Amino acid sequence: MSEKVLMKGNEALAEAAIMAGCHHYFGYPITPQTEVAAYMSKRLPKIEGGVFLQAESEIAAINMVMGVASTGKRVMTSSSSPGISLKGEGISYIAGCDLPALIVNVQRGGPGLGGIQPSQSDYTQATKGPGHGDFRLIVLAPASVQEMVDMTFKGFELADKYQMPVMLLSDGTMGQMMEPVSLEAGEVKKYDKPWALTGTKGERKPNIVNSLYLKADELEKVNFERYERYAKIEKEEALWEEYRMEDAEVCIVAFGVAARVSKNAIDAAREKGIKVGMIRPITLWPFPKEALLKAADKVDKFISVELNMGQMKDDIELAIRCKKDVLLCNRTGGMIPTVENVLGKIEEAIGGTK
Amino acid sequence: MNKEILIAGFGGQGILFSGKFLAYEGLIDGKEVSWLPSYGPEMRGGTANCSIIISDNKIGSPIVDKPDVLIAMNAPSFDKYITEVKAGGQVFVDSSLIDAKTDRDDVEAYYIPATKMAAEEGLTGLANMIILGLFIKKSGIMPDENIEKAMRKVVSAKKEKLFDLNMKAVELGYNYEA
Repeated sequence: MSEKVLMKGNEALAEAAIMAGCHHYFGYPITPQTEVAAYMSKRLPKIEGGVFLQAESEIAAINMVMGVASTGKRVMTSSSSPGISLKGEGISYIAGCDLPALIVNVQRGGPGLGGIQPSQSDYTQATKGPGHGDFRLIVLAPASVQEMVDMTFKGFELADKYQMPVMLLSDGTMGQMMEPVSLEAGEVKKYDKPWALTGTKGERKPNIVNSLYLKADELEKVNFERYERYAKIEKEEALWEEYRMEDAEVCIVAFGVAARVSKNAIDAAREKGIKVGMIRPITLWPFPKEALLKAADKVDKFISVELNMGQMKDDIELAIRCKKDVLLCNRTGGMIPTVENVLGKIEEAIGGTK
Repeated sequence: MNKEILIAGFGGQGILFSGKFLAYEGLIDGKEVSWLPSYGPEMRGGTANCSIIISDNKIGSPIVDKPDVLIAMNAPSFDKYITEVKAGGQVFVDSSLIDAKTDRDDVEAYYIPATKMAAEEGLTGLANMIILGLFIKKSGIMPDENIEKAMRKVVSAKKEKLFDLNMKAVELGYNYEA
């Protein structure tokens, strides 16, 4: 282990991206993720071939990401909720071209310009694909500054492995907080990219990167193929953490900062003798459906703890095939559920105070 | 040990900096730590606060709603958070900016005219570190030898003068009879 340093989540993820070989960053400032761009603007110009560019808009930035991705280089952009909406068109194009890229969303309250405080209200947008057409993103949800680093490494790997955009879905808390972090890259896998636009040098046929198919049957075929890849991802790449689930009668499902708050509530409830645990999705897509379905046979109730109006609750109900009730414990608009909020919901789930 | 600390005041008083100093001290001591600032326009003149947790165990929520320790550097923060401090907790108040005193008898309250002391000692802007000095003494949160080590982490080596001033401020608070 390298020596641990204190870093903000936003800065730690930026450094991790550079360590993962991402030397191209395009973005536009927005609270609460501006530290990512600020960090990149200091570091990337010092790296040979490194490019930091503050684009004229989020739309320009995501299209620059598409350009670099098509050359096979690792590339990223970052923004916060309203900015991610603007990038939607570009993200769809990147998915349609089967290009790898990392997109970071440090979420804030919405809709519209909303607020600048932490939120998870882009859950549905991220997990269902932010843009038009049939496509998915792999969505990673870090719950600590260390995971901001680890998930950044993982994000670049998965993007290359499956030739698709990956989203790091963070929030204002994770971006702004400092925790001790170990910046150790380990081995970040590199992938061959024979499809990349690198110049033929007269030695091979030109590669074409494109998302336009005027023949419907061809487009259908490409979409079918892409969804075969997605099926493999759903089978193999779901990640989650189980916390005190051994004998749990109530299962909390929460990600990111909501999972951190829930941990405290679970410990407090356990002290009162309430058997409660948590399944924390680390990948939001693929969603850890099997783990939840398995838990549905053991627990009496689920509680979804979220910083939105209950967007993940639907996915839990689908995953457990409505075998058990799913209660909702939520705050929104930039508010964060307190430990008391979650504890109160746990007590409601078991039918009163113990 | 699990200590949840809330430092609150105006933007520009060095609230986040003193929090960072504490977090580094915990890290040097081999503890788990978290540091969470309020952010956005609040930082520029509004109320600013900073949640710091120093613990022997892995930290769950980084948000401090019910602090063990409150360091209040302006009146609105004192009014807002004094009722939230856990019973048995400690409160440190900059009495040059806050006239109020708490009537709670289940917390230990210390009053120190940190801003006035800073002005008198040529340490303008370092009231935060003066009040922190008193907190370090009264809480016994860190071994004395760690003070300098943590300061080295938060003050750049290029700014030796600033380092000395900060150390002087901590010492001043440490030796204050509250």
